[in-house]
Amino acid sequence: MAAGGSATAGGPTTSARPDHAALEVRDLRVRYRSIDDHGPDVLAVDGIDLTMDRGEVLSLVGESGSGKSATLLALAGLLPANASVSGSVRLQGHDILALPERARARVRGRGIGMVFQDPGGSLTPVLTVGSLIDEVLLVHRGLQGAAARAETEALLARCGVGDPARRAQAYPHQLSGGLRQRVAIAAALAAGPEVILADEPTTALDATVQAQVLDLLVGLVADEGVALVLVTHDLAVAAAVADRIAVMYAGRIAEERPAGELMERPGHPYTVALRAAALPFRPRDRDGEGIQERLPELRGRMAAAGGTGCSFAPRCPLATDHCRLVAPPLEPFEGGLVACWRAGELAEWPGVESPEVEPEVPLAAIEPQAVGWPGQGA
Amino acid sequence: MTRSGWVGAIGLGLLVAMALLAPVIKPRDPLDLVGRPLLEPFADPRFLLGTDALGRDVLAQLLYSARVSLVVGLAAAAGAIGIGIGVGTVAGFLGGRVDGILMRISEAFQTVPTFLLALALLSALGASTANVVLAIALSSWPATARLVRAEVLSLRQREYVDAARLAGLGPLTVAFREVLPGALQPVVALVGVTVGAAILVESALAFLGLGDPNQISWGVMISNGRQAIRVAPFLVVIPGVCVALAILSVSLLGDGLAARLAPQRRYLS
Amino acid sequence: MLPPTLSFILRRLLHGIPVVLIVAVGVFVILEAAPGDAVDAYLAQLGGGDASLAADLREQWGLDRSELGRFIAYLTSIVTLDLGRSVAVGGSVVEAILTRLPATLLLMGASIAFSASLGVLLGGIAALRRGGMTDGVLTLGALILNAIPGFWLGLILIVVFVVWLGWFPHAGFGSINGPRDPIGRSLDIAWHLVLPVTTLGLTYMALYLRLMRGAMIETRASTWVRAARARGLPETRIVRRHMARPALLPVVTMLGLQAGTMLGGSVVIETVFAIPGLGSLAYLAVSQRDLPLIAGVVLAGTVLVIIVNILVDLSYARIDPRMTDERLRTGVG
Ligand SMILES: Nc1ncnc2c1ncn2[C@@H]1O[C@H](COP(=O)(O)OP(=O)(O)OP(=O)(O)O)[C@@H](O)[C@H]1O
Ligand code: SF4
Ligand SMILES: [Mg+2]
Repeated sequence: MAAGGSATAGGPTTSARPDHAALEVRDLRVRYRSIDDHGPDVLAVDGIDLTMDRGEVLSLVGESGSGKSATLLALAGLLPANASVSGSVRLQGHDILALPERARARVRGRGIGMVFQDPGGSLTPVLTVGSLIDEVLLVHRGLQGAAARAETEALLARCGVGDPARRAQAYPHQLSGGLRQRVAIAAALAAGPEVILADEPTTALDATVQAQVLDLLVGLVADEGVALVLVTHDLAVAAAVADRIAVMYAGRIAEERPAGELMERPGHPYTVALRAAALPFRPRDRDGEGIQERLPELRGRMAAAGGTGCSFAPRCPLATDHCRLVAPPLEPFEGGLVACWRAGELAEWPGVESPEVEPEVPLAAIEPQAVGWPGQGA
Repeated sequence: MTRSGWVGAIGLGLLVAMALLAPVIKPRDPLDLVGRPLLEPFADPRFLLGTDALGRDVLAQLLYSARVSLVVGLAAAAGAIGIGIGVGTVAGFLGGRVDGILMRISEAFQTVPTFLLALALLSALGASTANVVLAIALSSWPATARLVRAEVLSLRQREYVDAARLAGLGPLTVAFREVLPGALQPVVALVGVTVGAAILVESALAFLGLGDPNQISWGVMISNGRQAIRVAPFLVVIPGVCVALAILSVSLLGDGLAARLAPQRRYLS
Repeated sequence: MLPPTLSFILRRLLHGIPVVLIVAVGVFVILEAAPGDAVDAYLAQLGGGDASLAADLREQWGLDRSELGRFIAYLTSIVTLDLGRSVAVGGSVVEAILTRLPATLLLMGASIAFSASLGVLLGGIAALRRGGMTDGVLTLGALILNAIPGFWLGLILIVVFVVWLGWFPHAGFGSINGPRDPIGRSLDIAWHLVLPVTTLGLTYMALYLRLMRGAMIETRASTWVRAARARGLPETRIVRRHMARPALLPVVTMLGLQAGTMLGGSVVIETVFAIPGLGSLAYLAVSQRDLPLIAGVVLAGTVLVIIVNILVDLSYARIDPRMTDERLRTGVG
């Protein structure tokens, strides 16, 4: 309601054309110059394409350093000064990558909202959470005083914050992690964006709270018709909430397919590895350690992007000389795209039995139809 | 070491050279009346920096003053850091009531305007270099004490301390022999600041006429020059620049040393 | 129940009592260490007196008792706000302090405001321009200002702005034949205070500049600033509300810690500019070896610093909501 309604106000989103995808990314590249001018540059994102429609959830999955955050920051125009970006990012058909910074700032908030991993850190500690949201309403929608506060409370209520009038006067440190993340989501929604980028929004939260916050995000997609890009380490989370999953490896997309099909029959060996490591909701499992446990040799250099051949080859059980010489292109595979010369050939990761995974957390909070657990379909 | 650290080291080196070579460059007593009063700098090759209102050689006074600043600055800082280390180690290691009392005392010293305290001490004990050192040391130890105490508190739980205890060493022996060395590193970051502050306070006390009456110092020179400030501002400017350069040197050197010993602390100081 | 602010103030005042007590012990020790006592000083001022008068006075002032007795007498007199007689000003110490207090309060208040606001402003600019020319110049300037003795800076300012340019009055707290109406008199005082406040403020500004710069470099890199950017807020708003405001906290803390040092600094500045405040009173006391007076000034200074710290903590609670946590938790969350 509040959030969706104002999306048409101002900025490049004014002339939203229904024939355009909500978000269309072509050949996006992000290069980090090394900060102290000593190390080599990092090609964090190495040419990825994405298309999002309204009301859709796309999950970006991949281990640490695969370029997920770099992708989101590039979409939002928030890359640090030592990064350079190329390609095109179209929001409702308008290329926003080429916009000057002021116009770009207008797109942020109004066109694209962002939710970060650390819900405490993303709220300014010395301001009440209400005034944080009031501020967005003032800047983007011109609402002031009581009108702004009423809208703020409505947004908080929409995001599942109980007793919003009182909570609006609280400071971030007075709220629990889950409530803080709800506030951050409300602030991201306040200007009525078309697309929400969520970078590991639940990683820092307790397992039960994780499920609730994911539930909220998915509900917003359904109700407001926004497009949601959800970054996560955790394939199980992705499978639970996303329509489509894009697996990133070393700055490229290794596989992008509808969630259920990808979980049932992964096309890329790396997806197989991720699935083998996937345990539902393991919030503390940072840095892809799940994989490391089972596949110590996977610890090898990952970000070898830009070289010749398949970047997964050093860790891949199916790798051939051909793989090492020629990088596989993204090609159609069972409802989606996979970048592997031997797509679909690997059924299980060697040495790991089929993951009979029991969810560690009651999933009642997640809408049943959105849940597609690894192993359930098998 | 950082580049600014080296600049500080060179500055301090010059200062030490000035102090040591004073009798070589200017063998006469700097308080002797040697020339025409109020000679401008560079007017007479014998008095490169001119003469003051009484016809005393400014350069000679400047050189001998470096001695006072250095001696008082270093001695007072050493005293302050010594007291601080002692109090901090005892408080941190013994804890409990002793800690409570010592910390209250250090809080009192941090609250009382220490310059006023120094004035009171000097007027009670009389103005002499030793008393100036004592007054400055007494008024600037709490920072070190608190820092050392915090370090000792975090170190005293380690196993090697238990081992020393089991070996039958007394608590204070353990504190000073086993715990203190580990706690000293962060103190380095305070040395430059403490010496600089001591030089500053010494110059202010001397300016107010509370230094050793028989000794020339930059503060005294500024105070003397004040009488003739309208006609000969250089008499005030020159010694003041010396004080500032001395303090700048020790604080740059202190920062540089601290950064070298603990790189991660560089941006904190 | 007391209102929370009041009970906070009361608690802090109670906390200050042991501090004042320790300072009183220290001052007593200093007084005892001095050769001669108040009676000697008093008689010296009268131009001598016989031994029986001295003995009478000693008994009257409690100076004939044992050390402990004298200390208790001293404490009692402190509690009853009787700090003794001053030879130098020829009257009660308390009265002398109270007459001199306003000038010092004005000087310190203005200097604190000046140094803190300028330091915050320049430190913020340095942080925003981190690594650039502006940052380099400001950081170096702060280092140099930090090394300059205040009394010397004052003299230089006098030479430039009074002797050469003639823009400001030389010294004092107000013109003797100055205007009598309140506005004119305030302006006159303000005019006299420009140079001393600039002097004291500039020498302390460096510290706040460095603190603010460091704090704002941190807030600038914080997640919440990135999040504020992601909400599409204009840069000026982000700088003001999301970077500078949270970065103020360490500066405010330091204001309290520096109150005592600044009071000490004002001793020298007041003598340079001939301002009739606590500082020049302390100087007078020292130059005449008036021990009761200097002791009284030390005690008064301590109390002043405690009060400044309470004020700082109160304003801190306004800036940083986390400070008032206990109080608000009952209401919210
Ligand atoms: N500011 C930066 N400067 C230089 N290199 C960077 C910077 N930020 C990220 N990188 C590098 O870019 C690559 C991709 O980083 P990115 O943060 O996108 O990974 P990620 O997939 O989000 O990982 P994680 O799961 O740990 O968040 C990494 O190799 C990382 O080291
Ligand atoms: S292309 Fe070859 S090396 Fe790369 S993932 Fe496929 S099989 Fe493995
Ligand atoms: Mg990331």
